[in-house]
Amino acid sequence: MTKDTKIEVPAVEGFFTIEEEPHLIGGRFKKSGSYCFPKSLGGSDPDFPDDEIEEVLLSRVGKIWSYTNSVYPPPPPFIAAEPYEPIVIAAVELEEEKMVILGQVVNGYSVEDLSVGMPVEVTVGTLYEDSENRYLTWMWKPLSEEQKQDKN
Amino acid sequence: MEDIAILGVGMHPWGKWGRNFVEYGTVAARKALDDAQLEWSEVGFISGAITVRCGYPGYVAGSTMARALGFNGTQVASSYAACASGATALSVARGQILSGACDVALVVGADTTPDGFLAPNDGIRTDDTDWLRFHMVGATNPVYFGLHARRRMELYGATQEDFALVKVKNSKHAVFNENARFNKEYALEDISASPVVSDPLRLLEICTTSDGGAAVVVSSLDYAKSLGVDNPVRISAIALNTPTYPDPLIDLPYLATDSSANTIPNEIGFKESIGKHVYEEAGIGPEDVDVAEVYDLASSMELDWYEQLGFCQPGEAESLLRDGSTSIGGRIPVNPSGGLGAFGEAVPAQAIAQVCELNWQLAQQAGKRQVEDARIGITANQGLFGHGSSVLLRR
Repeated sequence: MTKDTKIEVPAVEGFFTIEEEPHLIGGRFKKSGSYCFPKSLGGSDPDFPDDEIEEVLLSRVGKIWSYTNSVYPPPPPFIAAEPYEPIVIAAVELEEEKMVILGQVVNGYSVEDLSVGMPVEVTVGTLYEDSENRYLTWMWKPLSEEQKQDKN
Repeated sequence: MEDIAILGVGMHPWGKWGRNFVEYGTVAARKALDDAQLEWSEVGFISGAITVRCGYPGYVAGSTMARALGFNGTQVASSYAACASGATALSVARGQILSGACDVALVVGADTTPDGFLAPNDGIRTDDTDWLRFHMVGATNPVYFGLHARRRMELYGATQEDFALVKVKNSKHAVFNENARFNKEYALEDISASPVVSDPLRLLEICTTSDGGAAVVVSSLDYAKSLGVDNPVRISAIALNTPTYPDPLIDLPYLATDSSANTIPNEIGFKESIGKHVYEEAGIGPEDVDVAEVYDLASSMELDWYEQLGFCQPGEAESLLRDGSTSIGGRIPVNPSGGLGAFGEAVPAQAIAQVCELNWQLAQQAGKRQVEDARIGITANQGLFGHGSSVLLRR
């Protein structure tokens, strides 16, 4: 696909960085030491009532905890491409943060290509686009060599 | 806590008509009152389960139903807990009765649902995880069901055929339920021929959205006795659990689990805690249960509940299903009504509908789907954003 002049922007601000090696932006509770994602929408540890959240970049690599797909286009506020290609979704466990985070799997993978325990890294991909912008979200990308990589 | 008595139950059949939800609720309420042989004027408190899909009248479901039955000054409240709303409304009614605020309460829930996936209401809300999971990921409800089904396959070696067999069993039960939306008996081939919605789950294994209504009339045991009802079906326990931090399992509608980095998760998981609560409140154990109505939004979820309610050990649910234990006639029949797979989601009505079914089972009024000599029944249900619910009935 040829690059056009569209500007890449996050579909919603504050969830991930846009760089060569993107990170999810999470929160870390200063006292309890636990994490949350998104940074402002996590649950609190009741044993640390006065805890404060600081913004942190979460680990880039995790392992697939489970995976599935959506064969039919999800309803709004999802903006489905036309024609719609089934999206693949993985729940990924981050080792250090000990938490599982949902995300789409990058284009070109089907559920048959995935397995529980497979290492993946976080990246960004296009959620939808209009005439000016390409709106991005975070996505999981398998690290395994044998996987087919249909990135064109 | 003391038991309360069920004096009557009623349902409007589940279907897809697109009529005003108030009509379904009113029909269910009148049937429940008829079943109780009581007049609406004898009800001291009406407890409505809220629907968020039918505009303002849905947000004030209790008074909407009261007005439809005829405003007469009755005390009212409305409750929302997503899919657990009906159990919350029942619990509010129980509190009114046991505090002595009223003798008789009417609990009612009804809904009119749109076609297709349940989705957030319109608007842009970037601080609402329910909105974000659709917008940023495309994570519909079946996506979460699919993730847990795949996990079950990975952990316990469950197969797609196991999931399909749940639907086969429940469809056999539903044949005899005039309130169910789907009465067709399905064979394995029918299910494997239906399209995948969220791998590994197929269309016939994921519950649809339906219209429907359900109502229960409850009272104190003393008041029941004063009406000459000496041996009613009783509600012995109600659970309305929230999870315990950190919950390590991904659940609707969150984008991530809690972190277990510095706190070890509770030994008893969220879903397990729901059944545990009612068992302890009623002073019984899972081995005492004769029949269960569980929340099978997907066929695979029913298998999870067998373990979470303690009917078997983790990993044994598939055997329990395959040896017939959870079919009518088996050791612990589950979803004799046909379950949500046969009904579909009518959100505020379904936790009440589970109670209706168990009332019929325990009162030996379930006709051709009767579970023989059922004396103790349990419901299990869960609403998104951390609403677990269970009701334990006894006779």
